[in-house]
Amino acid sequence: MTDITATSNVSAEIVRARISGRRMDIGGRIFEGLLLLALALSLAVLLTLLVDVVSRGIGVYAERGIDVITAPLSSDPAKAGIGQGLFGSIALMLIVAATAFPIGIGAAIYLEEYARDTTFTRFVTANIRNLAGVPSIVYGLLGLAVFVVALRAITGPESQGRSILAGGLTLAILVLPIVIITTSEALRAVPSGIREAAYGVGATRWQTVRSHVIPYAAPGILTGTILSMARAFGETAPLIMVGGAVSFLNTGDRGLVETLQGKYTTVPTSIFQWVQEPRREFIELSAAGIIALLVTILLVNGLAIILRNRYARKW
Amino acid sequence: MRTKEEIAPSGETLVHEAPRIRLMTDQAVDEAEQFAPGASEQSVAMPIEDGKVVFELQSLSCYYGSFRAVKEISLRVPHNQITAVIGPSGCGKSTLLRSFNRMNDLIDGARITGQILYHGVDLYADGVDPVEVRRRIGMVFQKPNPFPKSIYDNVAFGPRVAGFRGRMGELVEESLRRAALWDEVKDKLKSPGTELSGGQQQRLCIARAIAVEPDVILMDEPCSSLDPIATLKIEELMHELKQNYTIVIVTHNMQQAARASDLTAFLTMGPDRAGYLVEMAPTQKLFTSPDNRLTEDYITGRFG
Repeated sequence: MTDITATSNVSAEIVRARISGRRMDIGGRIFEGLLLLALALSLAVLLTLLVDVVSRGIGVYAERGIDVITAPLSSDPAKAGIGQGLFGSIALMLIVAATAFPIGIGAAIYLEEYARDTTFTRFVTANIRNLAGVPSIVYGLLGLAVFVVALRAITGPESQGRSILAGGLTLAILVLPIVIITTSEALRAVPSGIREAAYGVGATRWQTVRSHVIPYAAPGILTGTILSMARAFGETAPLIMVGGAVSFLNTGDRGLVETLQGKYTTVPTSIFQWVQEPRREFIELSAAGIIALLVTILLVNGLAIILRNRYARKW
Repeated sequence: MRTKEEIAPSGETLVHEAPRIRLMTDQAVDEAEQFAPGASEQSVAMPIEDGKVVFELQSLSCYYGSFRAVKEISLRVPHNQITAVIGPSGCGKSTLLRSFNRMNDLIDGARITGQILYHGVDLYADGVDPVEVRRRIGMVFQKPNPFPKSIYDNVAFGPRVAGFRGRMGELVEESLRRAALWDEVKDKLKSPGTELSGGQQQRLCIARAIAVEPDVILMDEPCSSLDPIATLKIEELMHELKQNYTIVIVTHNMQQAARASDLTAFLTMGPDRAGYLVEMAPTQKLFTSPDNRLTEDYITGRFG
């Protein structure tokens, strides 16, 4: 037998010589540096914005505390707050949840589970994707024409149609494509093997969809709808079109219908109004409002992430 | 442990519940005797001794849109036997199998020509409800696909949607026993079916399929994602099950077909990529003295 150990020692030397050394990967290094720069730039911009807003707005909170959140609109910056804005925003979200969610989720379930794969359904799906990318101001124009003018008798004769109802329905249409798309994706993430398993033991389509597809897609649908809600919460442009009020707002004792048909303001519209004011106090107030808005959206998005992680399913 | 007959004998129950089908069955068996096998030139149907035919395919072709995946297959599947379908990848084995319980209806653009007679009844005739068809002709899939629910709910789903009103607990236990899974899961019926091992999941899927008391179990490469030991368990289980059920299994594992089946059908693809039946014979004969040169080449490993 030959001396295996000696032989392998020699070959180890040769192998080490071959695989040692450091390559000068200049192109790769430059590319890595550019990527890092891109990341640093985007972070820097975000950080600048945050620092600027917080440094301007934090003083208002220090001075007035919770009053900034609860106070109504006022021409006196020392008394004005986002109380009515928060009420309006939450009312709008409730209208969005009550209208856009059932319609959007229903449309998505139809498209994914019931509709045949025809040229027509593909055309519809492509158009829904396009609608999700339409600038929100366009939805504002639509809302102005339909809800404020055409349906004024329903949305609020007293307020000239510039009501919570009109604003909420406008936002509902704005988020509808997003709800449909995220729901579709959640439904598509349910493996076809699960549907076949249900059909295979003699379930009808409705039994399959109700007992399996929808429950398994529910966490994804929930996450998507919550995120669309956060999007609607921060929307400003369409609400300016359909007339969120920007100054004094009498929100005394009113019934449900009067409230829905009445004038309103939202957090973003209040902020938009304040930044246009020349007085420095209003600028600080708007920064305080932005902080409240950011915190709210952060909380909503955080909720979505928690739900997604808790109920995420691996197939 | 109760026998199957005490619960609900599948084939018999089916016939008792549906006298119409029974009449047609007898009639169809008579007709089947007269039916001349080999309607298409490639297809060689298999004569079946002592009678009971579950499926009779007459010149069946399956299409996806304009593509013909399966071409003019005529064959008969006998009662309470294991019929294996073998052939190279893409020759339409699964498509053929999925046409037996109208699973292909779920795919847009899928259609068939020719006929599939189930106990003499045309499965694709007007007025046949695919949901009812699938209740009688169960299916086990290539990849184990338990519902992400408890083991109990996995088995109970089928009976529930079928409107079962008896003692669900007993039915679940019985099904799990027959699928040779009861001893392994009896203490964790509430835990998710997805947490079982691959082989256990596949046996759970078999339990789920037999819980609705089907007449036939279709198996689409049920062992392709399992290790050899789990595969052997499934094959033993199939052997047990064939006393009560007619089993049709698609496999690309020739040894499995040779080990586990009574009859084997060999499919291959023509130049147009449509699968056709080359030969169908008792398994022993097909693997020892096939009639067709293509079959011999395939089973000796010269192609495919």
